Amino acid sequence: MIFREKIVEKILLFCAGIAVLGVAIIGIFIFREGWPVISNTGIIGFVLGKDWAPTQGIYGIFPMILGSMYVTLGALMIGVPIGIGCAVYLAEIASQRLSTIIKPGIELLAGIPSVIYGLYGMTVIVPIIRDLFNNQGFSVLAGSIVLGIMILPTIINISKDSIEAVPKEYKEGSLALGSSHWQAIIKVVLPAARSGIISSIILGMGRAIGETMAVIMITGNSTLIPESILSPVRTLTGNIGIEMGYASGEHQKALFATGIVLFVFIMVLNLLAKLIPNKVGE
Amino acid sequence: MNEIKNVRHSRIKERLAFYLLWVFSILTIIVLALIVSDILVKGLPHISFSFLLEEPRKMGKAGGIFSVIVSTFYIVVLSVVFAAPIGIAASVYLTEYAKEGPVLRIIRYGTEALAGVPSIIYGLFGYSFFVVFLGLKYSILSGALTLTLMILPTIVRTSEEAIKAVPSSYREGSLALGATKLQTIIKIVIPTAMPGILTGLILGIGRVVGESAAVIYTAGSSLGVPDSILRPGRTLSVHLFTLASEGLSAENTYATAVVLITLVLIINFIANTLINKIFIARRR
Repeated sequence: MIFREKIVEKILLFCAGIAVLGVAIIGIFIFREGWPVISNTGIIGFVLGKDWAPTQGIYGIFPMILGSMYVTLGALMIGVPIGIGCAVYLAEIASQRLSTIIKPGIELLAGIPSVIYGLYGMTVIVPIIRDLFNNQGFSVLAGSIVLGIMILPTIINISKDSIEAVPKEYKEGSLALGSSHWQAIIKVVLPAARSGIISSIILGMGRAIGETMAVIMITGNSTLIPESILSPVRTLTGNIGIEMGYASGEHQKALFATGIVLFVFIMVLNLLAKLIPNKVGE
Repeated sequence: MNEIKNVRHSRIKERLAFYLLWVFSILTIIVLALIVSDILVKGLPHISFSFLLEEPRKMGKAGGIFSVIVSTFYIVVLSVVFAAPIGIAASVYLTEYAKEGPVLRIIRYGTEALAGVPSIIYGLFGYSFFVVFLGLKYSILSGALTLTLMILPTIVRTSEEAIKAVPSSYREGSLALGATKLQTIIKIVIPTAMPGILTGLILGIGRVVGESAAVIYTAGSSLGVPDSILRPGRTLSVHLFTLASEGLSAENTYATAVVLITLVLIINFIANTLINKIFIARRR
C-alpha cells in the first residue's frame, strides 16, 4: 500500500515537472533551429542589421525589434493609465452594482480571441486612422490602440488584486489622520500595492510583445524602420507569423532565429516580473 | 481661512479624480460593447443553419464552415483530454505533496514561464518538434499536443487554487477514518475542488478555441473534414484569420466571427457561473 502511494507520488511529480520540461524543450528546439543563422550573421549583425531580404540571404531584424518596442510602448501608454484607473475604481470606489457589470466585462475582454481584435482593428480602427491622417491606416498607432485594449484585463486584474490585498488599516490610518479618500489612495494604498501594479505592467508588456495575429492584421508589416507612429511597422512576432507560411531552408531558420530573440525578451520580462516585487515589497 | 480653502480644493480634486476613474472603467465596458456589437451586427444576418452545416467552398469564399467546426471540436477535445489529467495531477502534487524547496521553486518558475511563452513561439516549437521532429506532420494531433502545453499552466493554476481552498478539516476527517492520503485525495479533495478544477478546464477550452498562431503551423489550415487525428484541419480562429487577411468574403468572415465570439461568450458564461457557485458555496 505504502509502496503504491510512493509510486503515485512519483507520477504526480512527473506531471508537475512537465511544465518545466516543456519550457526547456521549447527553448532547445527554437535555439537548435535558429542558432545557425544567428551565428552565421553574427549576433550584432542579426540584431542590429537594418535589412531583411530573405531572398538574398540578408537577415537583419533591427526594424522588427524597433517595431515590437514601439507598438508595445504605445500599448502601455494606452493600457496602463486606463487599466490602473479601472483597477483603483473597482477596488476602492465602485458600488457593488457597478462592479457586477464591469467585472464579467473584463473577463470577457480577456477571453476574446486575438483574431477578433485583429478583425475589429482592421475594419474599424484602421479606416478611422486612414480618414483622420490621410495615410494607409495600417500603423504603429493602430497596433498600439488594439494592443492597449488587449492588455487591459491583465493590468486590471493583477493591479486590482494587489490593491485589494493592501491591509485595511493602512487606509484607515491615513483617513484617521484627516486625509481625503483620494489622498489615501494616492499616498498610501497605491504605494503599498506598487509591486503588484508593476508586475501587472510587466505581464501586460509580455502579452503585447507576444501578440501575433492581431498585430499582423493591423500594423501594415513593412520591414522599413518606422518614422512615426503613423508609419506601418512589422513586429518580431509578425515577422515570424507572416513568413512562416511559405519560408523554407535558411529563410525558415531565420524565422526561428527571430523566435530566439523574442523568446529571450519574454524570459527576461518573466524574470523581471519575478524579481521586482521582492525588491520593492521590502 | 486658508485651511478651509485647502480642504475645499482637495474635495474638488477628489471629485475630478474619481470622475476620471469612473470614465476609465466605463470606457473598458464601452470598448467591449463596441467590438462585440460590431461583429454581431455585421455577421448575424449571414448566420444560418446551412452556413453551419455546409462544407466550405472556393477556399471558404462560399459555402459554410462545417469542416472548420469539426476540426475545432477535435482539437478542443483532444487537448483537454491530454492536458486535464496532467494538469490536475500536477496541481495535486504542488498542493498535497510538494515541500518548500528548490524542486518546488523550479516547478513554479517553469509553470509561470510556460504561461508567458507567446503563442507564435508555441507555433514554431510545435512545428519543429511535433510536425517535423516526431513526424506527426500537420495534423490535429500535432495541434492538440502543442495546445496541451499551452493551456497546462492555466489548468494547473486554477486547480491549485481550488484544491488549496478545500478545508483541511475535510482531509483530517478522512484520514482519521483510516483512509490513506491517496484515497483522501481521490475521494475527498478532488471531488470537493471539482467546480474550481472545471473552471480551469473551461478557461483552457476558451484559449484553445481562440488560438490561431500556435495552431496554424501545427494543425495546418487545410479545409475538409479530418477523418483521423493524423490529418490536418483548420480551426475557427485560423479560418477567420485566413478569410480576413486575404479579404476573401466579408459575409463569411463576419459570420465566422459571430460563431467564434458566441462560443467564447458561452464558455465565459459557464466559467463565470461556476466561479459564482464556488463563492456562494464558500460563503455558506
